[in-house]
Amino acid sequence: MSEIKIQIKNLYKIFGKNPESALEQVKDGVNKDELLEKHNHVLGLKDINLDIKEKSIQVVMGLSGSGKSTLIRHINRLIEPTDGSVVVDGEDVLKMNDENLRNFRRTKTAMVFQRFALLPHKTVLENTMFGLHIQNIDEKDANTRARRWIDRVGLSGYEEKYPQHLSGGMQQRVGLARALTNDGEILLMDEAFSALDPLIRKDMQDILLELQDELHKTVVFITHDLDEALKIGDRIAILKDGIMDQEGIPADILLSPKTQYVKDFVEDVNRARVIKAKHIMSKLNGQDRDNAMFVDQDDFIDRFIDKVISDKPNCLIIKNKNNDEIGYLSTKRLSEILKR
Amino acid sequence: MEDFLSEFPELSRETLRFIKKGFDASYRAFSREYGDAIEAVFDPVLYFLVWFEKLLQNSPWPIVLICFLAVIYFGSRKISVTIGSLFAFLLIGIFGMWEDTMSTVSIIGVCTMLSIGIGIPVGVLMAKSERAQRICTPILDVMQTMPSFVYLIPVVMLLGIGKIPGLLAVVIYAIPPIIRLTNLGIREVDREVLEAADAFGANPRQKLFQVQLPLALPTIFAGINQTIMMALAMVVIASMIGVKGLGQPVLKAITNQYFAMGLFNGLAIVALAIIFDRVSQSFGHRIQQHRSGSRE
Ligand SMILES: Nc1ncnc2c1ncn2[C@@H]1O[C@H](COP(=O)(O)OP(=O)(O)O)[C@@H](O)[C@H]1O
Ligand SMILES: [Mg+2]
Repeated sequence: MSEIKIQIKNLYKIFGKNPESALEQVKDGVNKDELLEKHNHVLGLKDINLDIKEKSIQVVMGLSGSGKSTLIRHINRLIEPTDGSVVVDGEDVLKMNDENLRNFRRTKTAMVFQRFALLPHKTVLENTMFGLHIQNIDEKDANTRARRWIDRVGLSGYEEKYPQHLSGGMQQRVGLARALTNDGEILLMDEAFSALDPLIRKDMQDILLELQDELHKTVVFITHDLDEALKIGDRIAILKDGIMDQEGIPADILLSPKTQYVKDFVEDVNRARVIKAKHIMSKLNGQDRDNAMFVDQDDFIDRFIDKVISDKPNCLIIKNKNNDEIGYLSTKRLSEILKR
Repeated sequence: MEDFLSEFPELSRETLRFIKKGFDASYRAFSREYGDAIEAVFDPVLYFLVWFEKLLQNSPWPIVLICFLAVIYFGSRKISVTIGSLFAFLLIGIFGMWEDTMSTVSIIGVCTMLSIGIGIPVGVLMAKSERAQRICTPILDVMQTMPSFVYLIPVVMLLGIGKIPGLLAVVIYAIPPIIRLTNLGIREVDREVLEAADAFGANPRQKLFQVQLPLALPTIFAGINQTIMMALAMVVIASMIGVKGLGQPVLKAITNQYFAMGLFNGLAIVALAIIFDRVSQSFGHRIQQHRSGSRE
C-alpha cells in the first residue's frame, strides 16, 4: 500500500474569544448549535481524524458551513487549530517556526482557490510565476517553468493578458497553472471548480484527472457537489457541522451510507455512472464461470450494462490493465446494486 | 437657582486666564528650548524648497513651460488637458503672475512629496496594526476638522514666520486623506488574494510590496489627488505666515479691497487646481485601466 502523506489527528477548531474553555465543552459533547447559543463560540471542526495517502485524490465534501475550508486550511496552517495535530511527511506542521512554515508552503504545497485569488495587476504569466518570485528563483528559469504550465493547462497565447480579461474557467486555469508551477507534492483545492459553469467545470475536472495521471500529486479536493466528489475522489470524507460523518472509497459511501446525512446526499445518485466494476467485485475463488463476460476494472457500470442486458451472461469476470483476472461479479449482485 | 440655569456655570475669568497662560507659557518654553533643533531638522527640506523655487523662477520661462507641458502630457496622455494647460499658463504669464505661480507650484510639489513620503508609511502602519489605527484615527479626525488657521499658531510659535512653518502647516492640513486612503486601500484588499500570498509562502515584506500596495494603488492615488487639492487650498492661508506665491496677492487684495487682483490670483489658483486634478486623476485611471484589459 502507498504511504500516508498527510495525517490529521484529533483536530479541533473553535472560533471565538476563548476557544480553550469552549474546547472543554465540545469534548464534553456540546454540539455546534448549543455552543453558539450558550457560549457564543463557533464550532469549526470536531475531532477530525484523516489519513491522506500519497499520490491519491482525497475529496472532502459537505454542505456550506460544514467546515471544509477550515479543514483544508489546517494542512498548510493558514488556520491554527485549537487542538490536535497535522503531520505531513512525518513532520508536525504545527511545530514549524515562521521561517520553516514559509519554506514548507513554498516548496511542499500549492493551493487553488474558489474565487481564483489572482493578482489583478499582473499578467497571466506574472501570476503564474508568483510562487517562484516569492522563492526568489531567477527570472529566466521562472519564466520557462511558468510558460510550460500555462501551455499545459491550455492557455498558450494568453500570457500577456490580465485576469479580468479572461472568463472564469480560464482564470481558474491560471490558478491551476500557478499552483502546478510551484511544483509542490501537495495540491490543495478549495472548491476550485464550484464557481464555474457546469460544462467548464467538467472540462476542468477532466484536465485535473489527466494531469493527475501523469503527476501523481497528493490532492486534497474540497467540493459540495457529490457528482464531482465521485468523479474525482479516490476517497471521500463527508463533513457535517464540523464532524466527519463518514470516510471511504466512493462505492462504500454510495452503497453503505452510515448516517442519514450521507444517505440524503447519495439518494439520487445514478449509481451506474459512478460505480466502477472494481468497487463491487468479489474475490475470484472458483465460482461457476459459464457464459462469462469480461470487464475492465475501471469501467463504470453504465459502460457495460447494455451489453449485460443484451448478451445475458451468467457472471462477469473483472480484469486489470495487464489483462489479469482479478475479480468476480454475479449478475444477481449487479442487479441488487442497481435496484436499491 | 435661576442664575445657575440661565448662565452656564463657567470657570472664573481668573482661572481661565491662568490655564491659558500656563499652557502658552509652557509651549513657549518648549519652543525656546527645542525650536532651533526642530528647525535644523527641516533645513534640508528648506534647501530643497529654495533650490526648486529658484530653479522654476530663474530658468527661462519657455523651458519651464515645455517641461510642465511634457509632465502634463505624460501624466494624463490627453492632448486636450495639455493644450488647456498651455493656455492657462500663457494667461498666467501675461497677467504678470508667473513668478508667484512658480512659488506656489514649488511649495505644492514639495508638500505633496512630503505628504506621500510620510503619509503612505503611516497609512501602512495603520492598516497593519489595530492599535495604530485606534491611535491615529482620532488624531486624523481632529486634523481634518480643526479650522486651518489654528494650525498656524503653534507652528509660528515654534518656528516663527517663513517658508518652513508654512510648509508644515500645509502638510499637516493636507496629509490626512493620503493616510486614510492608504489605510483603507490596504484593508480593502481581497482576503482570498492575501490568503493566496500566504499559501505561497510570501513573507510580510513580499506581501506588502507585491500584493497589498499594488492592489491599494488606485485608492492611494485618490488620496494623493485629495492631498494636492487641500494643499492648494491651504496655500492662501499659509501666505499669512510668509509663504510666497499666489496666496500673498490674494491676501493683499483682501486687506486693500482690490477685487480684480484677488480675482486674477484666485483664478490662477483655480487653474492650477484643475491642472493638478486632471493630471493626477487620469494618471490614477491609467493604472487601473491596464488591469481590466490587455497590455497596450
Ligand atoms: N474566522 C472565523 N470566525 C468565526 N467563524 C468562522 C470563521 N471561519 C469559519 N467560521 C465558521 O466555521 C464554520 C465552517 O466554515 P467553513 O470552513 O468556511 O465552511 P465551508 O468551507 O464548509 O463552507 C462555519 O459555521 C463558519 O461560519
Ligand atoms: Mg468553503
